[in-house]
Amino acid sequence: MKAWRWSIPLAIFAILVVFLWLGLWRDPRIVPSPLIGKPAPAFRLAQLHRPNETLQLDDLKGQVWLLNVWASWCVSCREEHPLLLQLAQAKVLPLYGLDYKDQPAAALAWLAQNGDPYTASIVDADGRVGIDYGVYGVPETFLIDKAGVIRYKQIGPITLEALKDRILPLARELQK
Amino acid sequence: MIAARRALLGVLFAAAASAWAAAPTAPSGDALDARLKRLETELRCLVCQNQTLADSNADLAGDLRKEVRELALAGKSDDEIRAYLVARYGDFVLYDPPLKAITSLLWLGPFALLAGGAVLWWAVLRRRARGEGTATGQTDAEAAAHARALLEREEGSS
Amino acid sequence: MIPELGHFALILALLVAVAQGTLPLAGAALDEPRLMQLARPAARAQFLLVATAFACLAASFIGNDFSVLNVASNSNSELPLHYRFAATWGSHEGSLLLWTLMLACWTLAVSVFSRHLPPALLARVIAVMGLVSVGFLAFLLFTSNPFERLVPAAAEGRDLNPLLQDPGMVIHPPMLYMGYVGFSVAFSFAIAALLGGRLDATWARWSRPWTTVAWAFLTIGIALGSGWAYYTLGWGGWWFWDPVENASFMPWLTGTALIHSLAVTEKRGAFKSWTVLLAIVAFSLSLVGTFLVRSGVLTSVHAFATDPARGVFILAFLAIVIGGSLTLFATRAGKVGLGGKFEMVSRESMLLANNVLLVVAMASVLLGTLYPLFLDALNLGKISVGPPYFDAVFYPLMAPALFLMGVGPVARWSKAPVPELWVRLRWTLGVAVVAGLVAPVVMGRWSPLVSLGLFLAFWIFASTAETLRSRLAGSPRRGIAKLTANSGSYYGMLLAHLGLGVFVVGVTLVKGYEIERDVRLEPGESVSVGGYDFRFAGVVPGPGPNYRALTGTVEVRKDGRELKTLKPEKRIYNASGQTMTIAAIDVGLFGDRYVSLGEPVGAGGAEDVGGAWAVRIYIKPFIDWIWAGAFLMAIGGFMAVSDRRYRLAVKRKASALWGEVRGGAPAD
Repeated sequence: MKAWRWSIPLAIFAILVVFLWLGLWRDPRIVPSPLIGKPAPAFRLAQLHRPNETLQLDDLKGQVWLLNVWASWCVSCREEHPLLLQLAQAKVLPLYGLDYKDQPAAALAWLAQNGDPYTASIVDADGRVGIDYGVYGVPETFLIDKAGVIRYKQIGPITLEALKDRILPLARELQK
Repeated sequence: MIAARRALLGVLFAAAASAWAAAPTAPSGDALDARLKRLETELRCLVCQNQTLADSNADLAGDLRKEVRELALAGKSDDEIRAYLVARYGDFVLYDPPLKAITSLLWLGPFALLAGGAVLWWAVLRRRARGEGTATGQTDAEAAAHARALLEREEGSS
Repeated sequence: MIPELGHFALILALLVAVAQGTLPLAGAALDEPRLMQLARPAARAQFLLVATAFACLAASFIGNDFSVLNVASNSNSELPLHYRFAATWGSHEGSLLLWTLMLACWTLAVSVFSRHLPPALLARVIAVMGLVSVGFLAFLLFTSNPFERLVPAAAEGRDLNPLLQDPGMVIHPPMLYMGYVGFSVAFSFAIAALLGGRLDATWARWSRPWTTVAWAFLTIGIALGSGWAYYTLGWGGWWFWDPVENASFMPWLTGTALIHSLAVTEKRGAFKSWTVLLAIVAFSLSLVGTFLVRSGVLTSVHAFATDPARGVFILAFLAIVIGGSLTLFATRAGKVGLGGKFEMVSRESMLLANNVLLVVAMASVLLGTLYPLFLDALNLGKISVGPPYFDAVFYPLMAPALFLMGVGPVARWSKAPVPELWVRLRWTLGVAVVAGLVAPVVMGRWSPLVSLGLFLAFWIFASTAETLRSRLAGSPRRGIAKLTANSGSYYGMLLAHLGLGVFVVGVTLVKGYEIERDVRLEPGESVSVGGYDFRFAGVVPGPGPNYRALTGTVEVRKDGRELKTLKPEKRIYNASGQTMTIAAIDVGLFGDRYVSLGEPVGAGGAEDVGGAWAVRIYIKPFIDWIWAGAFLMAIGGFMAVSDRRYRLAVKRKASALWGEVRGGAPAD
């Protein structure tokens, strides 16, 4: 048998090691969104603070905005909340909240206690709008542009790094 | 048509009522149940990612099962239901990977390996049958045979 | 004090392992007997030290020493004694220590039972095992110290994961590790052969029993894991193609190929380099499996708490051990000597086909398991590869292998003319075809896949019977001597093949005829499933040793006669708050009736445990044949190893002859 053929198993193994190495730095649990670059799904939901009024997706066209999926029962939401409050204060871009599978009374109390960074919050009591947006864990945040197209999705709490390196630069681009 | 709509409303009502209990909704036909079960065992739960949508107790799994049931009752085919979920969650939600360019290696790989293995097998057999690369004529072959005979006391051991 | 003693023992063990891994190797290379002779004492010392460390950890668990971080994280004083002991290996660190202990046990076994091996070979084998130990001990000491202290000590532990508080889970890891680690012996023999530059039939004869025993343990370990999943997880499944299940199955497939390849190398001196490669691959897959479970690279219900630093360490270890072995293979395999000649249709060619099919199956499972990782690493998105893929790929590959199992034992070595095979097997084939066509009808519904599966199973049964019949008929001896004339190895093979046939029956009939019903039942209500009546008598709360139980009562009746009262449970564990669903199973030879509780769906909502419940009822025909078949295979393996020709007396003759061949004084 030709000499180089004995090295085939070693070559296969070397390729395998490269992939296993790359895999160490990735999180197998994250499910990337297929909606990036696609129009945001339409919704029409009652507002948390004004239950008799609704908000729909079309109302928000023409601006670059963030949709933050949160709930009063969500523990990780507390991690990102201070950052959201800062973001709201800086008035860089409007922040809308999707109150996911929550009780309005508990949600209002939570906001009262922790601060309300949202221009408005809408109530998704049964989680349908969440399903349309591909929400599978809370919190999640979507960056949506003037035409209503989803440009970025943050899975899990927003980090300072994600804001600085990805969300804000992209938002500024889109706002031009 | 009216009966279907009534059935749908009835299911939605039952679904809403049992939402907090996260219990399986009242069956509205064994055939439908069997079809949904088959479909749901090929879908992946996004929260408890090591369970199928059929088996998971996660809230989202319950919501998605309800959604799947409603779609089925609205007349959607299995493919349409799968497309609905993939549009929202990506291919990750399918345990049966779709055949696309990037999964071609996955689906064709085993057959290619089998074909390759078969070719190698044939090639080795041809060479061995012809006697190439065999040990006949080596100096200690006789001693090896002697040792073998010594160790195999009974004839024709397995 | 005791944890520190254990820690110190591990440090000493590492030092001994370094010596064990290097000095005898040097001795073999330099032909220096005194260095080579260090191998066996080093193996003994290492075993004593690692066993001491393990005993110290176990003592800490049994004694509820919550000043040890591992004990505080994985145990609880309410835990019953046997689970406190099992908790020793319930965590990443503890299970690694168990791995290391198993490795020390196997090394000790090699040093005791292989005294008669040529010194250079024995020295190399023990040294290679020592090098593997160095890796594991270093991993333990530098990244996963089981004896780390918790300061200040916890008042109470966090409890063992409720999923592990079960007899099946207690014994499953030790059996599995006996298998994984056992392949290190075959691996070491392979490396030793490559280092020594010589490999022949006697090498195969020495490696074969070790490999078979490891394979048998791995078979038991996998079967236990499957059986545990069936009765504990609550939805009647027994195999999910979960990444970690696959991680144990791939070494098993390779190990099966290896024991068959070793048979050819032993009997005919053929397939030498291929056998060496298989031995390296089998153990490499054990190591890769260890990596996959502990690195966070794949999601799995089995995965331990992960940490990239650990992942990097294991990967580096893998790269060195496997990369080194395959480099040695690339440079030396061509020189290990040539095999024998055989015809196109012969037992050798069939065993080679068996090997090709098993290795392709293993590669396909590897491909499916790692494919999501490949795509993700290349930024091509995330997909899932699950049972639909593996079922579609695995069964078609195994069907021809199962068919070959009937032909191989009947075929002669070197040359097995097809007409002769046809004469031997035509009645067997006929019986199998008829049985395969008729049996599904008897079961109630004919289906082509069930028919194929049963045909293959009956084919295996019938051809195994035919093999034995013709062997006995052809023997010149009389009466009971006919039976005793055959070796343990022969009967072991028959039993293992039979076991696989039994397994195939179980899989085919369960997949073909299982019934699953999720129903809402009020207390007192009955439902009829699969010819049985299930009457739900309600759920009552009660206490357990370390949990609260909600116990349901379901009476199983057939034709009005009461068969059994089943008590499925929901357990809410005190320490962790986790809920477990414990199924109740009416086990039968021809099938199980399986009942588990879903959720309370009564009018009072989730708290109304006395009202209606969602109950899952399964009828699983012949499912216990799956595990019975696996155990028969394992027993066949152990039987094969008991073969007389592996015993010492005969070995001494062979090794004396070996000495003669190498140029010493002539043997008698």
